[in-house]
Amino acid sequence: MLDWKKIRADFPILNRKVNGKPLVYFDNAATSQTPKQVIDVIVDYYSNYNANIHRGVHSLSQEATDKYEAARHTIQHHFNAKHAYEIILTSGTTESINLVAHGFASLLEKDDEVIVSALEHHSNIVPWQMLCEKTGAILKVIPMNQNGELEMDSYSKLLSNKTKLVFVNHISNALGTINPIEKIIEQAHNVGAAVLIDGAQSCPHVKPDVQALNVDFYVASAHKMCGPTGVGMLYGKEEWLNKLPPYQGGGEMIDQVSFTKTTYAGLPHKFEAGTPNICGGIAFGAALNYMNAIGFNNIAAYEKELLDYGTKRLLEIEGLKIYGTSINKTSVISFNLKGIHPYDVGTLLDKMGIAVRTGHHCAQPIMDYYKIPGTIRASFAFYNTKAEIDTLIEGVKKAKMMLS
Amino acid sequence: MQSIKEIQDEIIDEFSMFEDWEERYQYMIDLGKDLPLIDEQFKTEDNIIKGCQSKVWVHAELKNNALEFTADSDAIITKGIIAILIRAFSNQHPKDIIEANTDFIDKIGLKEHLSPTRANGLVSMIKQIKMYAIAYQTQLS
Repeated sequence: MLDWKKIRADFPILNRKVNGKPLVYFDNAATSQTPKQVIDVIVDYYSNYNANIHRGVHSLSQEATDKYEAARHTIQHHFNAKHAYEIILTSGTTESINLVAHGFASLLEKDDEVIVSALEHHSNIVPWQMLCEKTGAILKVIPMNQNGELEMDSYSKLLSNKTKLVFVNHISNALGTINPIEKIIEQAHNVGAAVLIDGAQSCPHVKPDVQALNVDFYVASAHKMCGPTGVGMLYGKEEWLNKLPPYQGGGEMIDQVSFTKTTYAGLPHKFEAGTPNICGGIAFGAALNYMNAIGFNNIAAYEKELLDYGTKRLLEIEGLKIYGTSINKTSVISFNLKGIHPYDVGTLLDKMGIAVRTGHHCAQPIMDYYKIPGTIRASFAFYNTKAEIDTLIEGVKKAKMMLS
Repeated sequence: MQSIKEIQDEIIDEFSMFEDWEERYQYMIDLGKDLPLIDEQFKTEDNIIKGCQSKVWVHAELKNNALEFTADSDAIITKGIIAILIRAFSNQHPKDIIEANTDFIDKIGLKEHLSPTRANGLVSMIKQIKMYAIAYQTQLS
């Protein structure tokens, strides 16, 4: 049995007060908090071995390079990639997606089809729209139902030999729905299309096995899984990464340079132009080690308890409606109070020290579907407690009273 | 007629009586609930300011050399703040509106609502109020 109280004590920020009240942090789907084990790694880097990597002969540079590459291996093992060079370190999920979209611009032809889902974050819609505008490819959308689940029958019908790419998030950021990515990948492969899965929301909760999934691209951000901001990863199958052209030109990504011709470095450096977020990459590895030490099965089981408890307690409040009611969902609860704007509730909750996200969660198509301006989203992590959920319930009741 | 500064001081005085955030916010919520702030015909796409979080509508009319503002929002706290802004700026001469500042919002503890990152439409609303004032000032001079 894990001692969740002890685990919570790893997070210094959870002891602070906001507006004079103890912080209740329920905005984990936007960014997770950082344990002292990861903060220590960041401090250690800048205190002891800050240097540029891959080019210095001096000891500090060697040390930094070794730690950075060790982090790449940690990430490789975490996602069970076949090779470490299939892990590209990026600035985050958004950059990872843009890197692939940029690469496909040279592979797509007019009237090719690209499929996205209705549950996507804007960062997984806009790059593909830009890609389609550029190439003349056509963007198709897998529709969703009232529960916030994808309509798989419609998906099957959208697929054809024209489909070249399918992009779906593993878990919806706005609703928490876990999408049936195994089926999505298999069906896409049956028509010869490549699949990119956006794991920004799933990686804090589950441990994806990219080989078992047989996925072509998988992307994630460190800051959603106890790591720092500004760093993330792109997993790509070797054959796909070799097909894509480099994303940005610069240092690190070259083999030979002259004014007549430049040859590019091999994987993964071909996609890692310039000095990377060295400290961030190392801390990303430390964050994965931290989460794996707790264990993703333990995390999932505990978060399920929080989700069930939070759902039950919130539904006790009259006039409260939850959006995203799939039985396959993670610890995200998106809700509204009848006749009350989410911004008002969020503002009052903040006054009570409770951090939730309000608005459209960068997923306007979902809000349009439900015909609402946005929702209040409470997202739980393994360091949250039922007592904090009780505080949220009292807060929502109070906001409702003040606003009604 | 009271000047903008006098009205703002009056608002600061009123807010100083509230003991905590709850009283302050309850007052704003009540302001937001009570006031019919804009004629329905002016709640058009042209008059809308889209914040990421809440929407704001603002409309201006020149009456007897003074600028009358009406506005609305879909969020009630935003609407409460609009009511306060309108009280301070409406029915004033465009020149005075151009010269006025919004420091009083800080003094009544609502500064965070005017942060550009808040994306509730209020910052753009103030900008819009000033733009109207500049436009009408040009007409008057």
